[in-house]
Amino acid sequence: MKREGSPWTGLWAVVLKELADHLSSVRMQLLELLIFLTAFAATFVASRQLRATIAEDPYVYLKLFTTAQDPLPSFVAFLGFFLPLAAIALGFDSVNGEHNRRTLSRVLAQPIYRDALLLGKFLAGIVTLGISLLALWLLVTGMGLLVLGVAPSGPEVARGLLFLLSTLAYAGIWLALALMFSVVFRQPATSALAAMAVWLFFAVFWDIMVQVAAQALRPAYGGDPFAALAQVRLGLFLSRLSPNTLFAELVIALLNPEVRALGPVFITQLEGAVLNSPLPVGQSLLLAWPQFTGLLAGVLMLFAGSYVLFQRQEVRA
Amino acid sequence: MNGVIETQDLSKHYGPVIAVDGLTLTLPKGEVFGLLGPNGSGKTTTILMLLGLTEPTSGTVRVLGYDPSRNPLQVKRRVGYLPDSVGFYDDLTARENLRYTARLNGLARAEAEGRITDAMGRVGLTSVADRLAGAFSRGMRQRLGLAEVLLKRPEIAILDEPTAGLDPEAAMEYLEMIKDLKAHDITVLLSSHLLHQVQAVCDRVGLFHKGKMVLEGTFDTLADRVLGGAYRITVETSRPDGLEPALRAIPGVTSLSQERPGQFQLEAQVDCRAEVARRVVSSGADLLGLTLERPSLDEIYARYFRGVDHEA
Repeated sequence: MKREGSPWTGLWAVVLKELADHLSSVRMQLLELLIFLTAFAATFVASRQLRATIAEDPYVYLKLFTTAQDPLPSFVAFLGFFLPLAAIALGFDSVNGEHNRRTLSRVLAQPIYRDALLLGKFLAGIVTLGISLLALWLLVTGMGLLVLGVAPSGPEVARGLLFLLSTLAYAGIWLALALMFSVVFRQPATSALAAMAVWLFFAVFWDIMVQVAAQALRPAYGGDPFAALAQVRLGLFLSRLSPNTLFAELVIALLNPEVRALGPVFITQLEGAVLNSPLPVGQSLLLAWPQFTGLLAGVLMLFAGSYVLFQRQEVRA
Repeated sequence: MNGVIETQDLSKHYGPVIAVDGLTLTLPKGEVFGLLGPNGSGKTTTILMLLGLTEPTSGTVRVLGYDPSRNPLQVKRRVGYLPDSVGFYDDLTARENLRYTARLNGLARAEAEGRITDAMGRVGLTSVADRLAGAFSRGMRQRLGLAEVLLKRPEIAILDEPTAGLDPEAAMEYLEMIKDLKAHDITVLLSSHLLHQVQAVCDRVGLFHKGKMVLEGTFDTLADRVLGGAYRITVETSRPDGLEPALRAIPGVTSLSQERPGQFQLEAQVDCRAEVARRVVSSGADLLGLTLERPSLDEIYARYFRGVDHEA
């Protein structure tokens, strides 16, 4: 049965309302605090490490993001840790919260489709995360300029912006997941826990399981190189089902111009290669393109899932 | 097309559970119709189908000529809905809550502000318009819900259990506001399980039982059909002996019972108090009391379902 009228009716109203909610919420204030701490920590670590090597390194600015010093993790590692939590915090009670406050049927009785409500909530979350990330990125860049005194070059800024986009896509995965759980579970606490459980699963257990599975399915005995290669390839394939792996590879390729491959490389393939010579931005992006589209596909699939579930859900409590 | 709401054989099944079963209903413009019945009898499901918020399993619905499941935006633009135990965003003020609704309805800013102030005034919330909705009492929430309905300037207002949980005084005030809707030429469909409250405001009622509308009509016709008479007369006399056959023979009296010695209760299709008085006095007894009461909807409902359950 075909319905009439645009599914986008009222979308803008929902986005603005949700955005206003997010930006004025306590969650956002906590997020801002974390942003400042992260930016300070990253710059502090990087500046102490990098001062010594500034003269030799052509990509000092990018090193700001990736340099770590015990006990502090690098900026990128910190993001990988903190972004999923922030995204989950913004999304876990989107739909069930409306149910519990008994506002859902009232809002849906206004001339909008459910599409607008769900998409509006997702977009507001993405914009909020985007604003936070942009603030963070500018803070780090600015403080890096002050501390290191080296202006980033054009390609470096381009890489930085691409990196910003990919972190947003990575955050989108967790936002879409939290949104889906907020449709599935009636209790916000349950949906928050479920989303955190998925995150923990991928952050801690997935790599272990991948190793075990690869060794069991493609055993490599006695130094058979083909068996060993098959095992590595299977392991890599399984590992890339995790958004964390995709994000990590994406970041490696974008922030390290010297990286030319994200999988096993044969010695024959290196013949004639000039080692340690940097790739242009376009080539690095090409290298990480599958990872980027993989993340986007994940976001779309999760959002589509919540869309289908939400359309079928009964409005009444 | 003569009704603003028309349903034909409307049914809704939730798996094996039949929530609404073959409902055929027509609401003419400007009427206040009461959808009455106990909790879980299918009232809310019916309302959700009228708004296109849930799809009928079978049957057709037309609201203002539109099919709510195909063209819900047109329907929802013209119909105001107050859900059962309505909720608002606690961290926004009453005015901000309405502003969101206005924006969802695509109202221009200046137009919206005017309508909001107007609607708040009509439900008596002007003084608390800028307080957080989280601090509102149940009664104030219901009023705010009505303000939201008014804000849309709807052709139809659908109110689900509007007076549930209100104290009697607040409920009376609320019913007055519903009457006011009718004065503004808005067709009202209201659902309730508090029959005696809505009796006063409804032009016509439909009684729901297990998903079916078992009785429908004006209050008087229902009373006639179910109780066999819409008038109940209580007679008190000093000497009841031998009076019973004389009273029973009065034209229009359908039943008679003796509550205690000297006190009879008659049910009649017409107001026959004069005839009762004449017969009591002419029999030589003293007439001590003669009162007429109209039975309430509660009684009609209870009586009808006692009959239904006996048959079952």
